[in-house]
Amino acid sequence: MSTANKEIGPPVIELGAMGWLRKNLFSNWYNSLLTVFGLYLLYILIPPLVNWIFLDANFVGSTRDDCTNEGACWIFIQQNIKLIFYGLYPTEELWRINFVYLILLISGVYLLIPNLKYKGWVGAFLLIIFPIICVVMLSGGLGLEAVETRLWGGLFLTLVIAGVGIVLSLPIGVMLALGRRSKLPVVSILCTIFIEIWRGVPLITVLFMASNMFPLFMPEGVNFDKLIRALIGVMFFSAAYLAEVVRGGLQAMPKGQYEASQAVGLTYWRMMALVILPQSLKMVIPAIIGSFIAIFKDTTLVLVIGLFDFLGIIQFVGTNPDWLGFSHEGYVFAAAVFWVFCYAMSWYSQRLEKKLDTGR
Amino acid sequence: MSSELMIEMKNVHKWFGELHVLNDINLEINKGEKIVICGPSGSGKSTLIRCINRLEEHQRGNIIVEGTELTNDSRSIERIRGEVGMVFQQFNLFPHLSILDNCSLAPIWVRKLPKAEAKDKAMEYLKRVQIDDQAHKYPAQLSGGQQQRAAIARALCMEPRIMLFDEPTSALDPEMIKEVLDVMVGLAQGGMTMIVVTHEMGFAKEVADSIIFMDEGQIVEAKNPKDFFDNPESERTKTFLSQIL
Repeated sequence: MSTANKEIGPPVIELGAMGWLRKNLFSNWYNSLLTVFGLYLLYILIPPLVNWIFLDANFVGSTRDDCTNEGACWIFIQQNIKLIFYGLYPTEELWRINFVYLILLISGVYLLIPNLKYKGWVGAFLLIIFPIICVVMLSGGLGLEAVETRLWGGLFLTLVIAGVGIVLSLPIGVMLALGRRSKLPVVSILCTIFIEIWRGVPLITVLFMASNMFPLFMPEGVNFDKLIRALIGVMFFSAAYLAEVVRGGLQAMPKGQYEASQAVGLTYWRMMALVILPQSLKMVIPAIIGSFIAIFKDTTLVLVIGLFDFLGIIQFVGTNPDWLGFSHEGYVFAAAVFWVFCYAMSWYSQRLEKKLDTGR
Repeated sequence: MSSELMIEMKNVHKWFGELHVLNDINLEINKGEKIVICGPSGSGKSTLIRCINRLEEHQRGNIIVEGTELTNDSRSIERIRGEVGMVFQQFNLFPHLSILDNCSLAPIWVRKLPKAEAKDKAMEYLKRVQIDDQAHKYPAQLSGGQQQRAAIARALCMEPRIMLFDEPTSALDPEMIKEVLDVMVGLAQGGMTMIVVTHEMGFAKEVADSIIFMDEGQIVEAKNPKDFFDNPESERTKTFLSQIL
């Protein structure tokens, strides 16, 4: 009996491409209908899009008159690429930005390759020394010519705001989350108030306040750079959201983990750093990256205080009389670049989750 | 046996809200003594041992561990936690760390041992509980019995002078209870001062110097195993014994 059973394979209908199609796309009448409808949608949407973006597009030339084909005029992007990527940063100083990108790229790739030695040191370099290099290289000093932040713009500015916001908001968010759960009522109440105020205000309001109202509270003559004020606003705004995400992770921790850490004699901060946070942050990685992605896209709001981020500068160059009427190209290009960055974060998040998974 | 006093509890009281969970507990435990605490659920036996390393705070009376009185002073709490190891019902291993790292974490960060030395010591204790071959796995990859033995090794790595066991076999499948009890018996024979909350009466008979029966926050009866099982005085003890034996 048992030997006979082994010889029976699965039904042929379940196997191969046909089996897959049948199971997933045509399992019953409404599934089949949806499949056909989906295919029809793709048919009417994809070909025109591909034609516009690639096949009928214009890639070569230097003025709008070279855009003779039906499709997109990518010459518009090409001709303004310096503005779009770097804003008004002086052309002869662009190497400074590129140098910073290069360091970031090299250390980032190094960190992504599995099983390399000294990753801890590279990480420490990125978090401690790299920011100093950035400040000196980008704004000037140590013999480098100063470049005012009002000249910063484009994708570069977007990366600066999002980068600073993301990197600084995580530790602040963690501290706020720990503070909110503190047994000391003063700490807990202060953190709760801070979190709820920042979460209760739209980012656009935060930016307006940072830009217009903050100077009113300052003594005359004292004036922070507008970019720094925006950075602080974005940072605290993001930190308040992250604090709640992290708090969710902390609350999901079983009590036994706290007790076991205390029983072996770990002090509060060691317990948090070695046992509780590694586990609870791991649990909320998707939500943390979600917050990061939101902040990355929200940087576009700095336009309202007169900073020209990536999207802002694309809209701005679209108002140049030489290039009127190419806003479609601009928005599609902006969407593509934003998507690349956000998807990269999302991909990294999934990778990190897999890597850190040790079961429960 | 030397009669060095390790733990002293004097008139200890504790309430959870209105509930009087520990009611006038008086207890003296000497070096090398093995105490088994039993009693119905909710009788306060877990709370009692959790007061000894300050996982719970007592509200009245004194608890003195190795000459250090437990107060709100965090240094005295830290000192006592360094001397007292604890094993939990749910193991409470750190799931994000390998078994080896679970064991070497506290020696490295609390005892400040060099990493290599802490890992050697961890391997030594893992060998003693016979799971050194699992040292590089994560807790989730081990069976319940193996996890509990790892948890015992983790506590031992701090080289405590007193070990507390809070129902160490209650969450285990029946076939795994023995491997954990064997480790505990070995530890008892090595002269460790132990307080064990358990319903494993076979274990109690074999190793306990004294068995304490608790009910409604009070110590009802405290006797050596022979007298405890043969001549229980209180009605409550008799009822309890008839239910579990």
